[in-house]
Amino acid sequence: MLDADFFHRWMTAAADSVDREANHLTELDSAIGDADHGSNLHRGFAAVRAALDKEPPQTPGAVLMLAGRQLIATVGGASGPLYGTLLRRTGKALGDAPRVARQQLAEALGVGVAAVAQMGGAQAGDKTMLDALLPAAEALGTSFGAAREAADAGALATVPMLARKGRASYLGERSIGHQDPGATSSALLITALAETDGASGGDA
Amino acid sequence: MRMLINVPETVVADALRGIAAAHPGLTVDVENRVVVRRDAPVAGKVALVSGGGSGHEPLHAGFVGPGMLSAACPGEVFTSPVPDQMVRAAAAVDSGAGVLFIVKNYTGDVLNFEMAAELAEDEGVQVTQVLVNDDVAVTDSLFTAGRRGTGATLFVEKIAGAAAEEGAPLERVEAIARSVNEASRSFGVALSAVTTPAKGSPTFDLPPGELELGIGIHGEPGRERRPMMTSREIADFAVDAVLEDLRPRGPVIVLVNGMGATPLLELYGFNAEVQRVLSERGVVAARTLVGNYVTSLDMAGCSVTLCQVDEELLRLWDAPVETPALRWGR
Repeated sequence: MLDADFFHRWMTAAADSVDREANHLTELDSAIGDADHGSNLHRGFAAVRAALDKEPPQTPGAVLMLAGRQLIATVGGASGPLYGTLLRRTGKALGDAPRVARQQLAEALGVGVAAVAQMGGAQAGDKTMLDALLPAAEALGTSFGAAREAADAGALATVPMLARKGRASYLGERSIGHQDPGATSSALLITALAETDGASGGDA
Repeated sequence: MRMLINVPETVVADALRGIAAAHPGLTVDVENRVVVRRDAPVAGKVALVSGGGSGHEPLHAGFVGPGMLSAACPGEVFTSPVPDQMVRAAAAVDSGAGVLFIVKNYTGDVLNFEMAAELAEDEGVQVTQVLVNDDVAVTDSLFTAGRRGTGATLFVEKIAGAAAEEGAPLERVEAIARSVNEASRSFGVALSAVTTPAKGSPTFDLPPGELELGIGIHGEPGRERRPMMTSREIADFAVDAVLEDLRPRGPVIVLVNGMGATPLLELYGFNAEVQRVLSERGVVAARTLVGNYVTSLDMAGCSVTLCQVDEELLRLWDAPVETPALRWGR
């Protein structure tokens, strides 16, 4: 079972990963966007880390809801409301249980991902974060490792896609051939989840 | 790239402190990133709040003042502001007559303003929103995030701002803002890429001797690249792209807008070509504004925005305005 501390470590691992990959995300974003995805998420996850460390919430749901609120309040752009909503709605779906099973998290993540799809009006194949998140949420029902592989494969699969949402969509055909920055950062978030599980000794 | 900055992290806050020092008509909350006209809330007046990523100055803070915006919320460079900023701005300027959010059509701006509108209404502020989406370079708008908001933002803020200043109620101000957006179209070209402070190098590679047609205002590449064209050729292309979509049946207001790094000498020369095309097409330019108003950091290039006007819209355009970047008639 996964407790609040596990979710706290997941968010910290995600913040570390965003720190390491910020320049890479910004590079991807400058090809088909506006060159700020890395710096924006870096600012947001720094705020998440600070808020969680200051007053660690007592339940998995509360950890994700606090993290989501921090992202909405600090990131801006489309990423702020979308990532913020992902974490808030996933957290809300977990309720106030002190511990949750992986299967419950998979279901809750599905709820969060659906909220992102509704908010952004996007669907699978539009070259967005959903292309990593939809397969990851489904594969999380199998294992953490499967979720990670699905997210990575989903992010890679955005390369040949034509962007239909977000700023990359203005490029039309010229968006083809570039990996989507949002799908890439979504894969980082899922990878951080799998690594947190690995570090705590295997599938829960 | 050499930039006149300290560190990238503080460019927005540094600029806000500078704006505060230069413009005593504004109240600037540097920490919370809200710029408000000093006499707000004005009793009985509908308030206009806009905002968006920084890097487009003088938009939006430069348009705060009597006859135009009540408040502006600057985000990080090219990043929409966060909902807290708009909620704070709305609370600061609402007189009880309601608040109109003027939102440029970018996914981030739309999502953040939407969240802000909900939060502000929870606090008892009546809020309506108008979306600006004038960029004809975005085709297939059903299959993309839709047309971008660019030069028409200035027209919407000025004309709706004049209506609000005259005491028009919220529904009327909103309707005027919508009609101005619907009557406006823009097209932009880039002669150089843009360099954001965070990245420090150009966001796309534009070889010498080429230009980008149909660009936005965030350094995103355009839809098409061609060998360099003359001012005359660019005017033909841009004005025709706008006219084809707008098909005006009356006079227009013309905005010849610089992207930031194109000298006024070139912009005025370009305006002469724009006026030539308009007169060749039988379109009357009732008013013309030339300058750097909706910019994209250090990008070279320009955009043309036309707004078809009737007598009422033209009267509101001519009404007094007193902001850092636009002022006349007072």
